[in-house]
Amino acid sequence: MQPPAEHVHWMFATGFLLLGLFLLSEAIVGQEVWRRRPWRPYLWPSFAFGMGVLMWPVMTFFTNSTIHMVAHGAWAQVMMFAGAAELGLAKGKLRNPLWRLAIPFAFLVSGLAFLLHEQNPWFFQRSSFLHHFLGWLMVIGVVFPLARAWRPRWVVANAGFAMVFVVLAVALYCDRDLAPIFGHLSTLAGTPHR
Amino acid sequence: MSTHSVTQGLEERSHSRGLALRPLALAVLGPLTALAGLVWAVVQPYRVTLLHPDGQGFWWLVVEPPLLVIVAGLAFHYLVARPLIDDLEENSSAEGLPKPHLGKP
Repeated sequence: MQPPAEHVHWMFATGFLLLGLFLLSEAIVGQEVWRRRPWRPYLWPSFAFGMGVLMWPVMTFFTNSTIHMVAHGAWAQVMMFAGAAELGLAKGKLRNPLWRLAIPFAFLVSGLAFLLHEQNPWFFQRSSFLHHFLGWLMVIGVVFPLARAWRPRWVVANAGFAMVFVVLAVALYCDRDLAPIFGHLSTLAGTPHR
Repeated sequence: MSTHSVTQGLEERSHSRGLALRPLALAVLGPLTALAGLVWAVVQPYRVTLLHPDGQGFWWLVVEPPLLVIVAGLAFHYLVARPLIDDLEENSSAEGLPKPHLGKP
């Protein structure tokens, strides 16, 4: 009954796509309108926290090496930490603006975890290429949450922050067990299943 | 007429145009996402397992990326974007700006 690994990537991709859409709509309307309904400020932080919780079973059941377990565990922890920090800020329990740095911290740790746990340099193989792409996306994309932490109402920073999640979702949807990248697949990679 | 009042008028007009575009952007966000999923399903039909379900297991029938994108787009539109458009219209009314008339007939 355990889903194949690529299906788990696609389910998380859907979560990140929704997260990106929530953030993009918040960037479009601004914080005042976004906060007009009491549940809405908690929507995306709780979503991020929930995705962090769901990352734990991934860590447990999809451990094919120690470094994979460490990477999935790191993602689970930083997603929960960042989601919880944003929940605290939304509720007003956390007042120190330095808590806004939780998201950039999560981005940086996530990006490094992607880059460090995918040690295979096979760029012709899709999952390997995508792990490197995702790692650099998070490491470079950290500028948006950093800018957002510095100027929370800056539309460019908020929209860029949202778009990182949309691109992340697209990359995760592209993840497949074995498939060519840019139309080329080395014979070393084996036979594609579909 | 001073140049200041002219530029102020232009700024106000471009600001109100920007505000008027916001409900439109919100209204198309979900449907555009769903459309992207639909186009993906047409371009890569082999990723929609429902089109050839024989011998497929539970996960292959439930988790199909193009369909997930369509569902995500529609869910976002009906559950998040529409109430948000209503709030945006109410906010515009409260601020005395012209109502955009989007999202409601």
